[in-house]
Amino acid sequence: MFNYKEIMQQGLWQNNPGLVQLLGLCPLLATSSTLTNALGLGLATMLVLMSTNLMVSLIRHQVPNEIRIPVFVMVIAAVVTAIEQLMHAYTYALYQSLGIFIPLIVTNCIVIGRAEAFASKNAVLPAIVDGLMMGLGFTAVLASLGAVREVLGQGTLFDGADALLGSWATVLRVELYQSDSHFLLAILPPGAFMVLGCLIAAKNAIDLRHKKRRQQVKTITRARVTHSAGAETATGGN
Amino acid sequence: MSFRIASSPHNHSQQHTSILMRKVALACIPGIAAQCYFFGYGVLIQLLLAVITAWASEALILHWRGKPVLIRLKDHSALLTAVLLAVAIPPFAPWWIIVLGTAFAIIVVKQLYGGLGHNLFNPAMAAYVLLLISFPQQMTSWLPPQSLQAQQQHLLDPVCTVFTDFSCAGYSLTQQKTDVDGMTMATPLDTLKTDLAAGRTVSESHQHKIFAAIGGIGWNWVNLAFLAGGLWLLQQKIIQWRIPLALLGSLALCSLLAYLIDADRNGSPLFHLFSGGTMLAAFFIATDPVSASTTERGRLVYGALIGLLIFVIRRFGGYPDAVAFAVMLANLAVPLIDYYTRPRTYGHRPKGAH
Repeated sequence: MFNYKEIMQQGLWQNNPGLVQLLGLCPLLATSSTLTNALGLGLATMLVLMSTNLMVSLIRHQVPNEIRIPVFVMVIAAVVTAIEQLMHAYTYALYQSLGIFIPLIVTNCIVIGRAEAFASKNAVLPAIVDGLMMGLGFTAVLASLGAVREVLGQGTLFDGADALLGSWATVLRVELYQSDSHFLLAILPPGAFMVLGCLIAAKNAIDLRHKKRRQQVKTITRARVTHSAGAETATGGN
Repeated sequence: MSFRIASSPHNHSQQHTSILMRKVALACIPGIAAQCYFFGYGVLIQLLLAVITAWASEALILHWRGKPVLIRLKDHSALLTAVLLAVAIPPFAPWWIIVLGTAFAIIVVKQLYGGLGHNLFNPAMAAYVLLLISFPQQMTSWLPPQSLQAQQQHLLDPVCTVFTDFSCAGYSLTQQKTDVDGMTMATPLDTLKTDLAAGRTVSESHQHKIFAAIGGIGWNWVNLAFLAGGLWLLQQKIIQWRIPLALLGSLALCSLLAYLIDADRNGSPLFHLFSGGTMLAAFFIATDPVSASTTERGRLVYGALIGLLIFVIRRFGGYPDAVAFAVMLANLAVPLIDYYTRPRTYGHRPKGAH
């Protein structure tokens, strides 16, 4: 029985591709200037991850070990091409605004990384779940980065959401504040690096707090035990 | 009872950080006075806002980091950052520009990198770059010198403009920038750059009223005042001669070469030396002991690199002045410069000798 909860934790938090592995930085930084673009690329990457993990897992016994990487890359390229054609057909505006970064999913290290590290060694169902969770983790980071940058740089949220979700989505657009002089840095690449740095710092701070709390609980239980190792060293110091 | 054993060198300099920083800030006074005289007292409002913001954000982040607040505030490094940023930005920029910039300089550039002594970049210049690329319109709106202004400045105009974007009589900053001939004025460097881009020659560009003096009216005196402050710092042994001399020398050499090759398309060396932020950069910004090179030969290289970059960006770049970009790029090169200019340890052979 496979531990799906573990896969979920790894993908969404402990081994998050955006915040911990720092993989796929190029699309992460280039397409996260608005929430819509970020969500679009995140979802596309997630679809690619699930499909490639599925296929790689299916063929894992047939592929000779020596040429596995070229085979994986060709599987990934085929899937990405299919996704690109689908986006071209159904979300044309988004396809245009994401541009070169859709075909570039092929070179995204997360995809080849998961194929090599997980899918090529595990059964089909865990591989799909892993792809889904890694993709969700990546999308979450991308979307929060996009949201922060869009709010700072344009004062809006979900600007152009209709390009991703269809014409009804124009109602999603929120105008948070109106300003003549936008904070251009947030939209420019250096802003992406800074916001990503803040996100990573926030994640580390949360982890640290959890760790401290767990340690505190431990020391309390130990203090109740008489003649514990800690008490002895404390008295021995005098 | 403990005997403190101090390691060598035992010859102790009495220059504490706080005295050093205070003297550098004091040396800015002539430059600030010149700016007040030619461009109105807006710079004083910017100074006030910057110092308040710097102290507040320094205290706040020191409190967060669990460090002693008062001792660190007393070293005056935050004050100096605030002063340098305030004299660098346009005196009539809206109040939130300087508040945002100073907070960024202290919180992100200085304290997030570990506080005083750990910052890779000069905080004031990093903040200036942030402001310049985020708000290019506000950051390039320098008023013409008062003698060339069409509208008579009201006594309270600097206050009104900084806090409401309009003068007390209701003129916008663009209207205030208009000179007596009804032309919108820019800084001398900006004017020259625009004219050269439009295909005019330097001598044609110098027909503008602002070029009545070398470096531009007002700007030459501001630069001379900063030069005077810098010379006082040299005399007080707060800064060493290497960085300023190398910077000014390399800028003068580059601009002289360009001027000799094509005098129609390049400003004269004197123009480059006494316009924009050259003197401020040479004596006050590039000499920051934290972000500059630490070896003697390295300081020469570092200064010369900044001078070269200032010339290259002014001549070929997209922005009229280049001090902030040049200093930041040179800051990035400092570890490399330091690595290759390490002084020979006493008793060891020079490199290559066997």
